[in-house]
Amino acid sequence: MKEGSGEDQNVAPSMYSHVSRPSSHRNKNARKGLPFNVMLVGESGLGRKTFLNTLCESTVITGSEVTNAEQAHIAEPMQFKNYTVEMDEDGMKIILNIIDTPGFGDGIDNEQCFMQIQEYLELQFDNVLAEENRIKRNTKFNDSRIHALLYFISPTGHSLREIDIELMKRLGSRANIIPVIGRSDSLTPRELVLFKQRVMSDIVTHSISVFNFPDLDDEDEDAVEENSELRAMLPFAVVGCEEVINEDGRPVRVRNYPWGVVQVDNDEHSDFDRLRYVLLNSHISDLRDRTQNELYEMYRTEKLSGNTSVLANNTSQAVISAIGA
Amino acid sequence: MSAPANDVQDYVGFDTITQQMERKFLKRGFNLNVILVGESGMGKSTLVIRKTTEIAPVTQMLEENGVRVKLTIVDTPGFGDQCNNEGCWVPVIKYIKDQHAAYLERELKPNRERIIVDTRVHACLYFLNPGSRGLRPLDVEVLKRLTEVTNVIPVIAKSDSMTIEERTAFKRHIKEELAFHRIMLFPYASDDDADDDRVLNASIRELIPFAVVGSEEVIEVEGKLIRGRRHGWGVINIFDETHSDFVHLRNFMLRTHLSDLIEVTSQRHYEQFRTSQLRQIKELRAQQAAAAASGGAPPAQPQVPLSVMQHQPMTQV
Repeated sequence: MKEGSGEDQNVAPSMYSHVSRPSSHRNKNARKGLPFNVMLVGESGLGRKTFLNTLCESTVITGSEVTNAEQAHIAEPMQFKNYTVEMDEDGMKIILNIIDTPGFGDGIDNEQCFMQIQEYLELQFDNVLAEENRIKRNTKFNDSRIHALLYFISPTGHSLREIDIELMKRLGSRANIIPVIGRSDSLTPRELVLFKQRVMSDIVTHSISVFNFPDLDDEDEDAVEENSELRAMLPFAVVGCEEVINEDGRPVRVRNYPWGVVQVDNDEHSDFDRLRYVLLNSHISDLRDRTQNELYEMYRTEKLSGNTSVLANNTSQAVISAIGA
Repeated sequence: MSAPANDVQDYVGFDTITQQMERKFLKRGFNLNVILVGESGMGKSTLVIRKTTEIAPVTQMLEENGVRVKLTIVDTPGFGDQCNNEGCWVPVIKYIKDQHAAYLERELKPNRERIIVDTRVHACLYFLNPGSRGLRPLDVEVLKRLTEVTNVIPVIAKSDSMTIEERTAFKRHIKEELAFHRIMLFPYASDDDADDDRVLNASIRELIPFAVVGSEEVIEVEGKLIRGRRHGWGVINIFDETHSDFVHLRNFMLRTHLSDLIEVTSQRHYEQFRTSQLRQIKELRAQQAAAAASGGAPPAQPQVPLSVMQHQPMTQV
């Protein structure tokens, strides 16, 4: 929700508000705002831009700049585009940093894309590593590590494609990957169930590491149950939409088809609301913590224990000078 | 003895030739060969009425009012599914050319069949991705090449994730981009076209690309059985013109332009192929003769080997 937007009108009342966050979080971050970095990856047309705009309830990414026919055959190289939105979620201020990746998978040969994203993720880790090892550290250091990577899967209804498998395999150890089915309204409910099953089965078969809602505290029964529900929902089926109509005086986000109307916030039509709550509310700490305590630590160990493949390819000058190597 | 004018009947009856031709064609039936080009998951198989798991061409007989159409459909599994799709069009173009080559081989035989089996591709349904804004770089590359060898009909399958506005905007972008790249689609304009042909063709061009929703399922809606898709928010009837262009596409291919598709393939694409092949063979023969005469080294391998004469057509793409 946008800062200062007052009462929540668009999102259905959440069934999960009983999940509490430690009050210390609330106090510490109340003024500064909790930074949360999310990367969006997926081919164009799968709804990344619409997802973000729907999430923030405002036009963060504007429409395509390219409108002329001459550009069609030109494969734009992948870019990293940054957007920052201040969000107010249940009284908690979040500085949401989005990194979009337009151009991913849009060319004829897309093999460079994986390396580029991997390098980006590792660069953010390198920056933290360098900072940690400084003699005089900067207390206002800007942590730009990616806490969640939303990967948009095409709703083919079949199984994962090569590009999906490659991307998630390569980046699973560098970011919390949350697989998402874009434009999920092209699948019937039955097709969606089957597709989700097939995708998860592919993920297991290829030993892909995605964020699977691990239980950090086995004693918290409610949380364990919630995590198990969320695990069963993967991948999240999203329908994004920027059109808001008035229904009985309430603004409702819909997509109008000749055969019916899809309601973005209706849990039976899409998992959008659930995903939103996970990202900005219930699991924001888990995602940040896992990034720091597991993914970053793993990277740091690899780097510092002289793992030659990692060192040879990715060592940045900052790290070399910081650790005096 | 003179033949008085009033003994000659005015009516000869040669106007029955159209009926004679019709009867001949009807007896023979039509062969329509269609190739589906698009990434997996784009809805290709749902447009075919009969389900198939095979890679080989699938044939089904359609009959209506005594007219028989033998419809053969070839799918292109794996097309555009890789991370690096450079050259993914090569097997498709090769398949199409192989059918021309096979026909040419049969035609050139001294003892050829009275009716040559025609496996030439009469139409290529090219599947566009409904999510993109318009043509993708891969689409441009492939369409340029495909339109040189066969009749291409672009289709948006699975268009049920597009609202009407999105569909209209998408069709407009596609048409602009096709025009910009000078990609020629079937039906082609011709000066010979009669006026009603022109009108019909213009209305077809308006619709392109056909936004279709395919379905293998028969579902019940208000007591009636329809072929469609049941979503949580409504039911799509694939034969409803406001839901999908499926009916228009079917009429286009199997009714109004059926014989055009076959004729244009034969008179345009095949002839082009045949001319270029025979020319190359002639040049090769000339080079070989010259080399033999001068006793020099044999000429370099031609681009199209002589084996076109003994060509084995591909059965699998």
